[in-house]
Amino acid sequence: MKIAVLGAGHVGPVVARLALAAGYPVAIAGSGDPARIAMITEFLAPGAVPLSASDAVADADLVVLAIPWHRFGTLEPGMFAGKVVVDAMNHWPPAAQPLGTSEEVAARLVGAHVVKTLNHIAYQDMEPPNGRAVGLAGDDAAAVDVVSEFLRRIGFEPVPVGPLAAGRLLEPGSPVFGVAVRRPEFEQFAKEQS
Amino acid sequence: MTTFGLDTFGDVTHDASGTPLTHAQTIRDVVEQGVLADQVGLDFFGIGEHHTPDMPLSAADVVLAAIAARTSRIHLGSAVTVLSSDDPVRVFQRFSTLNAVSGGRAEVILGRGSSVDSFPLFGYDLADYEDLFEEKTHLFAELLKGGPVTWQGKTRASLHEQDVVPFTEPFPTWIGVGGSPQSVVRAASYGFSLMLAIIGGHPGRFAPFSELYLHALEKFGRSPLPIGIHSPGHVAPTDEQAREEFWPHYLDVITRLGKTRGFATPTPQSYAHEVGPHGALFVGSPETVAEKMARTMKTLKASRFDLKYGIGGLSHGSLMRTIELYGTEVVPRVRDLLA
Repeated sequence: MKIAVLGAGHVGPVVARLALAAGYPVAIAGSGDPARIAMITEFLAPGAVPLSASDAVADADLVVLAIPWHRFGTLEPGMFAGKVVVDAMNHWPPAAQPLGTSEEVAARLVGAHVVKTLNHIAYQDMEPPNGRAVGLAGDDAAAVDVVSEFLRRIGFEPVPVGPLAAGRLLEPGSPVFGVAVRRPEFEQFAKEQS
Repeated sequence: MTTFGLDTFGDVTHDASGTPLTHAQTIRDVVEQGVLADQVGLDFFGIGEHHTPDMPLSAADVVLAAIAARTSRIHLGSAVTVLSSDDPVRVFQRFSTLNAVSGGRAEVILGRGSSVDSFPLFGYDLADYEDLFEEKTHLFAELLKGGPVTWQGKTRASLHEQDVVPFTEPFPTWIGVGGSPQSVVRAASYGFSLMLAIIGGHPGRFAPFSELYLHALEKFGRSPLPIGIHSPGHVAPTDEQAREEFWPHYLDVITRLGKTRGFATPTPQSYAHEVGPHGALFVGSPETVAEKMARTMKTLKASRFDLKYGIGGLSHGSLMRTIELYGTEVVPRVRDLLA
């Protein structure tokens, strides 16, 4: 399975490193010319291939969105059709929105199978993953399975929390946001909220 | 050369009974703290611009000028200047003036802004976060070259063969980086020093950033420049005392900031981790803090360490004691450990 990480900021290189360590081929894209992130990739995610966003996505089975939320609107939505897309983004500053980010992502990326996860762990707490519980939310059961397997292989303990709308449970302000919890506590939390 | 500094965000100090002091008194206390930092032999005193009732130091350069008038040795600077929501011409003018007043002791640490109160205050859109910093850093680098400046961009009026005064000696400029690799490369490309702001998690995870920076300097044909570390801390005679004094205020401040910044609320467990050997808080006795500083500086190839002291709710007296212990006990120990 090929991974495309969109975003070469705080989070993207960390996810890319974890995926590379688990043996996945990884492409990474920043905004614009891939040459701009060549040096960053060489030092922060050696082995990943810097590509343009469209080239990285075209070739990937699973796409991780690790870009600032305010940049999401600049992505060309058509290229994501048929892809499994991980939304690791957050509103920043945290906003009281009627919809979680992933509902907005799914509405815009028509035909993509969107799963929200990894947004509730600070990038500095992702390495090493240490079997830390991460919640994931998605409407497409097959996509949730694909992402669960990916998360497990890179070192996390995936805990499905429900459909995409339940992804709001993973957003800023939630008791699990930024907090290290084990699977039983996470499952208990998801159950209480459902 | 290895140098050591202190940074403050100017959190409102409280009196002995826990009552908050006025903004004016807090600011006067910061001046005294800067003077003490000079007296105990420290190399740098920095003030981080903030714009909230809890952190009222919005005009750091004025406070730094007051400290300059009462000191003769210590360097004085921002930590950071939120360049994205400021005018690079004005920042240059203010710090060039500080440089004149202080006899060449000004430094500037530029940041994108991790606290973003200044964006709405000055009418900037967070959606332009990266572009503002990119453009304004470029202009600031042009201004530092001296001489008439020609510059064009979208974020302020263009300049054509414009004299920007006062001309003073060049002053050290840093870019504060909280985790953005682009900012690391940007610092190297402009020939600015790198200040790693490490406020959570294992400091060692920044090692690839140091390598990236050193490589980028070489690639851009720049001379070697220092790497610095900015981390929060608190020093007391014993580990227990330092941890107990810091904890309630850390819990209070991070819990409140978390609502707008997306931080998790600290727990006793997360606090124990952060003050321990693998965390980012330099809280403890002089021995503990010195050992952790020396180890972190070696790992990150850093030649500068700025301890961000103070947090809302501590008293001026407690901050003065931290400054004294840091200057007289911690720093000499770190120098020995690094020698």
